[in-house]
Amino acid sequence: MNKPIITVENLGKAYRLGQQEEQYPTFRDALVGMAKAPLRRFQQLSGSGNDELFWAVKDVSFDINRGEVVGLIGRNGAGKSTLLKILSRITEPTSGRAVLRGRVASLLEVGTGFHPELSGRENIYLNGSILGMKKVEIDRKFDEIVAFAEVEQFLDTPVKRYSSGMYVRLAFAVAAHLEPEILIVDEVLAVGDAQFQKKCLGKMQEVSTGEGRTVLFVSHNMSAVTELCQRALMFRDGQLVNSGPTANVVDEYLQCGSSDLKHYFEPKIDEDREASLLSAAVHDSSGDSVAVVRFGEPWSVTSSWEVRRPLPLASASLRIFDLSGRLILVSNTVGLPTAFFENPGRRDVTCSFPINVLRPGQYFLTIGLWVRGRGAIDEHERCISFHVSDLPHDPEYTYTAAGNPAAVAPSDWSFRNNTEPALTGGV
Amino acid sequence: MLDCGFSTRSIHSVFTRHSSRVALLDRLAMNDGITTTQRPNQETSLLHAATDALGPERTPPAAQSTDHGANVELVIEPKSGWVAVDFRELWLFHELLWFLVWRDIKVRYKQTVLGVAWAVLVPVFSVTIFTIIFGNFAKLKYELPAELIAVYPVYVYAGLLPWLFFSNAISVGGQTLVSQRQLLTKIYFPRLFVPTATVTSGLVDMAISFGVFAVMMAIYGVVPSPRIVLLPLLILLAWAASLGIAFTLSALTVTYRDFRFVIPFMVQAWQFVSPVVYPTTIVPERYRYFYALNPLAGIIEGFRSVIFGTPFPWAMLCISTLSTAALLVYGVMYFRKTERRFADIA
Repeated sequence: MNKPIITVENLGKAYRLGQQEEQYPTFRDALVGMAKAPLRRFQQLSGSGNDELFWAVKDVSFDINRGEVVGLIGRNGAGKSTLLKILSRITEPTSGRAVLRGRVASLLEVGTGFHPELSGRENIYLNGSILGMKKVEIDRKFDEIVAFAEVEQFLDTPVKRYSSGMYVRLAFAVAAHLEPEILIVDEVLAVGDAQFQKKCLGKMQEVSTGEGRTVLFVSHNMSAVTELCQRALMFRDGQLVNSGPTANVVDEYLQCGSSDLKHYFEPKIDEDREASLLSAAVHDSSGDSVAVVRFGEPWSVTSSWEVRRPLPLASASLRIFDLSGRLILVSNTVGLPTAFFENPGRRDVTCSFPINVLRPGQYFLTIGLWVRGRGAIDEHERCISFHVSDLPHDPEYTYTAAGNPAAVAPSDWSFRNNTEPALTGGV
Repeated sequence: MLDCGFSTRSIHSVFTRHSSRVALLDRLAMNDGITTTQRPNQETSLLHAATDALGPERTPPAAQSTDHGANVELVIEPKSGWVAVDFRELWLFHELLWFLVWRDIKVRYKQTVLGVAWAVLVPVFSVTIFTIIFGNFAKLKYELPAELIAVYPVYVYAGLLPWLFFSNAISVGGQTLVSQRQLLTKIYFPRLFVPTATVTSGLVDMAISFGVFAVMMAIYGVVPSPRIVLLPLLILLAWAASLGIAFTLSALTVTYRDFRFVIPFMVQAWQFVSPVVYPTTIVPERYRYFYALNPLAGIIEGFRSVIFGTPFPWAMLCISTLSTAALLVYGVMYFRKTERRFADIA
């Protein structure tokens, strides 16, 4: 079939801004509203009522071909989930149309329809059926689902006694065994532990590559998007703003989404100090000041200092913390044969990292000037925040390391054949 | 187009940076022994190993018996006005209806001390109270045909069977969309199934009450008339009437939560206008056909007729059947019309 499996044309979804009040309207309000309806309609038609509408999705058009795995990215409220809800037929569009040419299954939530009082076994059937599976299909895949979820022992326990991890595993296992032609997935990987997330990603990958299935995937996990999707659509304020190869779109998204990252810092200068920081910034390999640096690539931190009194023993220091506040990496000039701060004046300091060993994620930088035995002359805690991205330009290569390490350093490994005779046992 | 500072890099720099990256990652991959890196034609990844270990290859989609709309173009666009019922779709999803019914039945008496006994206790208590208050104190039992006065409790119970089913169906059914909004906002399936499942699962309670009824008939020595074979039709009618009301009320409750308060009152009032504790003969003859517009009037009279062998209320049942059909059609239409908003306002 040459036609795209999903065609979306000028799709839009508007909510009345008054919806909040209309959430629990009373019958009386409806009667009053009915009386006022002609006036309201007049306002809407005359255009003055336009501001009452909020377009969660507006004028979105795109085509998706059979077998494509497409990531939908954008910040919260960008309209991704609303779009998925429209394509899943949960809610109706206000304008435009979409054509789906195949069996659709959507997974907007893990464990939709799970009933806490029912056992794992019963919920597999219930959930499977709600997701659109036939009973014979569930029968056939039952053992596979149970094995995937790793809940064999608890099959007859009500799911309300499950740990949240087990619950999620079971729910995802059911969903992962759907066999739709189009699979719509909304941020379901945000739950579950890292190991299970990988397993789910693998399952989804198998689904798309192995069986030519089309997957629409919303996630804030850029590594997952990059790993899974060939193409990405980026949304902002309900509109599709970019579409193309995943790496490019994700790259742009991270740069845009990093407006809340503070990759350039200019403190209020304290004239009384012997030395003070004037500015600091993070740079990528091409020397641009950026908020996002790539894993595995060169990057640097620059800082400018005003030295007011001689500080022969001073050393500059960088400390990098991760989101949880754990100190990941320290670098300073202690022991270097430099007397850079010996004389008053302005100083520019660059600290270059030839290879970024920080794994993808967000980091904070503390920058300071220390004098041995005296402590900090000037220090700015977590004054810079930046992001390490995992953006392979070639999908074959991506950041990978098991066990969730804080940093991954390259190392030289050497191999040679050992020619000594092998030891034999029992001597 | 974009208001953020995105710098385009030259292809050259991408390539050079890429090659250094490759070197690093090659080493990483070896180092770890575990990697999600995928190379063409190489099945070395852990993920594949993990998923391969799951068992036999899954049958390709083509092997599936029936699909929910395979090879069908599904067009999603705004609709307006009345929406027809998609019977084909209802059929495609029919297994889900049974799963929902089965779930309601399974869950109904979970975490209760007495469990299914409630299905017996409620009608038994009701019969006891009604017999004492209405039968003896209010002397309503003397309105019955002479041969039935002695079996007033059985007479009341025969009316309670459809009535309890109906009242339960509309009070639970009216809330059903709101109480299952979790489902409505997360997945698509024919929404008509939600109230349908709730109403249908009530039939199990009715079946249990019938067991008690049989015992009671034996105790009071009531022998059912041969017309008892018509009972399934009457139950079907009660089911249809309950559905009609449940569709309307559940759709109304989603939009106007006022109906949370209206429904209990409505049920109470409805009981008085249904011949549960009294025979229809106390309704003046000229109002009787009007009275039969209440589907429960014909249904309850029908129940009693097939059990006690009293004259079959053909005329009343005809009117009740028509009004049931009207309720059902209206219920389905109103439900379908408002259905498209459920996910937004539930």
